[in-house]
Amino acid sequence: MTSALVVDTALVLLVLGLALWITAARAAYGAAVGFVAYGLLLTIVWVRLAAVDVAMTEAALGSGLTGLLLLGAAARLAPYEAAEYQRRPGLGLRVLVGVLCAALAAGLAAVVLLLPDPAPSQALAVAAHLPATGLGNPVTGVLMAYRAVDTLLESVVLVPALIGVWSLSTEMAWGGRPGFLTPWRSGSALPLLARVLPPFGILVGIHLVWAGADDPGGKFQGAAVLAAMWILVMVAGLREPPRVSDRLMRFLLVIGPLCFIGIGAAGIRLAGAFLAYPEAYAKPLILAIEVGLTISVTAVLGLLLAGPPAPEPQYQRQSRRRS
Amino acid sequence: MSLALDLFTIVAVTLGAIFFLAGTVGLLRFPDTLTRLHALTKADNLGLGLVVLGLLPQTTAPFGWIGLIAVWLLALLSGATVGQLLAEAVRPPEWDQTRTPAASPDVPPNAPEASSHD
Repeated sequence: MTSALVVDTALVLLVLGLALWITAARAAYGAAVGFVAYGLLLTIVWVRLAAVDVAMTEAALGSGLTGLLLLGAAARLAPYEAAEYQRRPGLGLRVLVGVLCAALAAGLAAVVLLLPDPAPSQALAVAAHLPATGLGNPVTGVLMAYRAVDTLLESVVLVPALIGVWSLSTEMAWGGRPGFLTPWRSGSALPLLARVLPPFGILVGIHLVWAGADDPGGKFQGAAVLAAMWILVMVAGLREPPRVSDRLMRFLLVIGPLCFIGIGAAGIRLAGAFLAYPEAYAKPLILAIEVGLTISVTAVLGLLLAGPPAPEPQYQRQSRRRS
Repeated sequence: MSLALDLFTIVAVTLGAIFFLAGTVGLLRFPDTLTRLHALTKADNLGLGLVVLGLLPQTTAPFGWIGLIAVWLLALLSGATVGQLLAEAVRPPEWDQTRTPAASPDVPPNAPEASSHD
């Protein structure tokens, strides 16, 4: 008991110290590296709180994918960083921002600390009605049945995010291939990893989605692993990212949300409410939505990292015309 | 029997932790990136291997074993690849230059042509 307390205290101090270090870091790249480590520490915190689903999401999306996006942004912005640092806001504004952030943190802490004891909870009601959904994992049950609107919006919002990234394209480059993942030069170890790892990664990704019905896991964690394998193949230069004008790829991007909205709308007629499932078919419908969303989320995450379309290098266009 | 297995776990995990400690000390104390990489990959390969070996008796056969060993193999694969990539990225350009004259024996290694190669 006490040894667990010592470990937890050390963990909390480490998380707080790393958060301070990230805030104080002068170079954005160093701060992004620190953010990845921070996400991995938070993952351990979630495991200590017995929230394994949240821990997996934090590791895959919070630390892994967001970390990659931040690293890419930091590397891209590095040339302008010194100039930006010169015209940073005055002391008054910085103090104001600090005070507001501290007030927000204090407010959140007060909300958590002033919760009535026992805290109001729907957990027992959820546990009582979970068998109706045919699912064994209460987290998936809540996400797909009781809070389905949240999950729907969460998965739909990824598509506008990708449209936002694509809208950074120049007029000339529109319709071309995303250009952020420049292939690594050949002859290095990366193409070997990109050939050996994906079969295992794809297996793990599909397992996470499938197991998510009854055990920790789910579509977002599985899709993050699948997207990581795709990105690895693209970075190693084994496959090019698809053109943004590719019809099949655009269809895959929206198939998950469309499937979700379609089944949800059918619920108005069959079960009496939007996003309600007829009880006899709850589990197959939820699985269908999970599979569709996995495909779409994988495609969106991979393409978010691949960036906006870039003008094609001349030699590639020539070699393609010749073949 | 279970006491012997527990002792085995304690010894192996402690040895693994020592490798991690040594790797961290090396990461902090070694002079350049290549030697630091060496220290780091020792912690990954041997340290994690010993921890996994020590934890094997504490899990259920066979799926717990397969899972633990798979974690170790994946860490080996990614550690080896990342080590290669980092080493390739930080390799001093002089190394490529000293190799170039060796390929053509007419040029002595310290010839001015070699250093004006870049």
